[in-house]
Amino acid sequence: MRDRGRILIGLLIFLILMTFPVWYNALNGVSVMQEPELATKNVPGKDKCVNTAEYMRQNHMNLLNQWRDTVVRQDVRVYTTVDGRKFNMSLTNTCLDCHPNRENFCNRCHNYLAVNPYCWDCHVDPQDPKVLAAKEPR
Amino acid sequence: MDRRDFIKYCGIATVGLAVGKAGRILAADKLLEESPLTASRWAMVFDLRKCLHKDGCTKCIDACHTVHNVPKIDIPGDEVKWIWKEPFDHAFEEQQNEHLPEELLHAPSLVLCNHCDNPPCVRVCPTQATWKRASDGIVMMDWHRCIGCRYCIVGCPYGSRSFNWHDPRKYLTTIQPDFPTRTKGVVEKCTFCSERLDRGLLPACVVDCPEKALTFGDLQDVHSEVRELLASNFTIRRKPSLGTQPQVYYIV
Amino acid sequence: MLEKALSGDRKYWSWLFALCGVIFIGFLFWMYQYRNGLEVTGMSRDVAWGFYIAQFTFLVGVAASAVMVVLPYYLHNYKAFGKITILGEFLAISAVLMCMLFIFVDMGQPFRIMNVFLYPSPRSMMFWDTVALGGYLVLNVLISRVSLAAERKGVAPAKWIKPIIILSIPWAISIHTVTAFLYSGLAARPFWMTAVLAPRFLASAFASGPSLLILLSLIIRKVSKYDVGKEPIQKLAIIVTYAMTINVFFILMEIFTAAYSNIPEHLAHFTYLYFGLDGKTALVPWMWVSAILAVLTLILLINPKTRHNEKILVWACAAVFVSIWIDKGMGMVVTGFVPSPLGKVFEYFPTITEIGIALGIYAIGFLLVTVFYKIALSVRKSIA
Repeated sequence: MRDRGRILIGLLIFLILMTFPVWYNALNGVSVMQEPELATKNVPGKDKCVNTAEYMRQNHMNLLNQWRDTVVRQDVRVYTTVDGRKFNMSLTNTCLDCHPNRENFCNRCHNYLAVNPYCWDCHVDPQDPKVLAAKEPR
Repeated sequence: MDRRDFIKYCGIATVGLAVGKAGRILAADKLLEESPLTASRWAMVFDLRKCLHKDGCTKCIDACHTVHNVPKIDIPGDEVKWIWKEPFDHAFEEQQNEHLPEELLHAPSLVLCNHCDNPPCVRVCPTQATWKRASDGIVMMDWHRCIGCRYCIVGCPYGSRSFNWHDPRKYLTTIQPDFPTRTKGVVEKCTFCSERLDRGLLPACVVDCPEKALTFGDLQDVHSEVRELLASNFTIRRKPSLGTQPQVYYIV
Repeated sequence: MLEKALSGDRKYWSWLFALCGVIFIGFLFWMYQYRNGLEVTGMSRDVAWGFYIAQFTFLVGVAASAVMVVLPYYLHNYKAFGKITILGEFLAISAVLMCMLFIFVDMGQPFRIMNVFLYPSPRSMMFWDTVALGGYLVLNVLISRVSLAAERKGVAPAKWIKPIIILSIPWAISIHTVTAFLYSGLAARPFWMTAVLAPRFLASAFASGPSLLILLSLIIRKVSKYDVGKEPIQKLAIIVTYAMTINVFFILMEIFTAAYSNIPEHLAHFTYLYFGLDGKTALVPWMWVSAILAVLTLILLINPKTRHNEKILVWACAAVFVSIWIDKGMGMVVTGFVPSPLGKVFEYFPTITEIGIALGIYAIGFLLVTVFYKIALSVRKSIA
């Protein structure tokens, strides 16, 4: 084992590089999971979400994809929950109506999990300064 | 709506007005399946004679582009347009009649997506991101699915489609929350205000025209306003020889 | 077999590193384009397709042209092409991969490209073009791999590969036919809406591809000891001669039809191409260069004395390649948009970014060709 020193140094460099994301995030505090902020605004007639918190936590992305397809491609705009309540299928006007703070509601988990859904490339955050600057909605 | 509901909505509206967002709260509260406008075949009739009275009016264009968050990009060739004015001899190139009345020859004519019965854009799309709705003939777009290949732009004989060369949000100073913006790299165009029809509203351009030059209605309904206009006026369509069957008719 | 590409002299490695450098620069340009969107290109709402799609169209032709060596060799048992067939197949593979990359960089949302397969749309010619190109790639990879492996072992290729080789012949024709259909089925674009577009594409393909193959064979003869021989080069030169003649004939047919019928929407495009429209003349010098080169090559190629002279043949082949690259690339694609359906004359100029990305993709193609040829030649050398 003449090359023991070299091999060990090589292994060390490899380990540092491999674990880079872990300790980089640890140093920057990203790796601490913050609980998302759930309902922060009470909207009359909407005291409950379209499904249980448990279900939404696991399946909100599937539900949103399903909403997307039924609204855009089938022109069905109203969603009926399991217990018969009705909601307009709208990310901006239904979801964010009860959970108005996108940063605390959506982004906290998404940032922690490093997922980057493209929803907000097009869909509008009502708190966006450009939305607040808009005149009376038409 | 009974009296109690009326009072309730008045109350909500008053609270809403206080924060300046009345329409938004009402829109969010109202279920969209309650009173949509429906038709078997939507079509539009544009009375060029009425439009000519109002020189330089852009109310319909402004209305459309505001409610749909269409960015105003002044870079030549990069504009995003859903509805705009094109000189008559460009909009109707096939007419090739240089001796038309002077005021008509270069008359600013409104052009928009024709919502063709036989749309070439739909035929060429490789992902079905654009399609003709079976229920009412509107040529729809799915901005989630569009890959930005621009084949539909190449296939459209009317130049009605725009590509987002830029991130549109950079060019929007205000954003309407009732309608999404688009993202860079997708194609967009007029949707005959399908989202307003679902709320029981006529297209924004139709509503905002001070001359009532635009009429929107059901072509399959013999008694509709559009059918009456078509029956009592001489109308033309853009490039009818291509067989696309445009559903925007012009009274000249 | 890939290990054969890992041993080479200094020149070989410097060439590969130089190509990698160009690829890296191209990649940086692409990162810039991906970040900012297609606003960094010169394309517009009037000219919706530009340099990328032009390169794509041209390279589909190069890919399809492999059939010009495969067909005589396998179908007519023309032995002289024995040494060059594998080169043609490898060139086809590289060209198809470049085509796919050019499509990818042209997308507004490149990472949604899988939607083409998730939502297959048989009514769209682009769907069929994807199927045709993908299939052609698989066929050529399979054929070249199986035949080279057999050659290495000194045995005849497995029997089952023969029908696949036969299948690859009509398939090659199909990739360029479908690529022509992308354009020729559009009522919106009179310049492309001509039944002669697919035949013209094939003719120009069978001129440009084999002339590139002649050039590559001569380069190989220079840099290695591998010589495909004089006969196959002369045979290819005859193929180039016929194909180029037919190509020029088709172009003249197009010009006659547009000019004599005098239908403005057809004629305007040709006017723009050769004389300019509304004072816009970006393509005019290029098109005249292409036309003059086409005439020159015909003189050099049809005359047996000049054709038989390999020194002159090299120049003739290079001229064929350049002439068709201009005419079938930018000339064919961009002119479809000028004037626009609304009668607008809006010109297109590729940006530095577009050219940088295109060079990067061409460098990938050259890298692949080099590596593939290296493998093929090493196998041949080891059994010789």
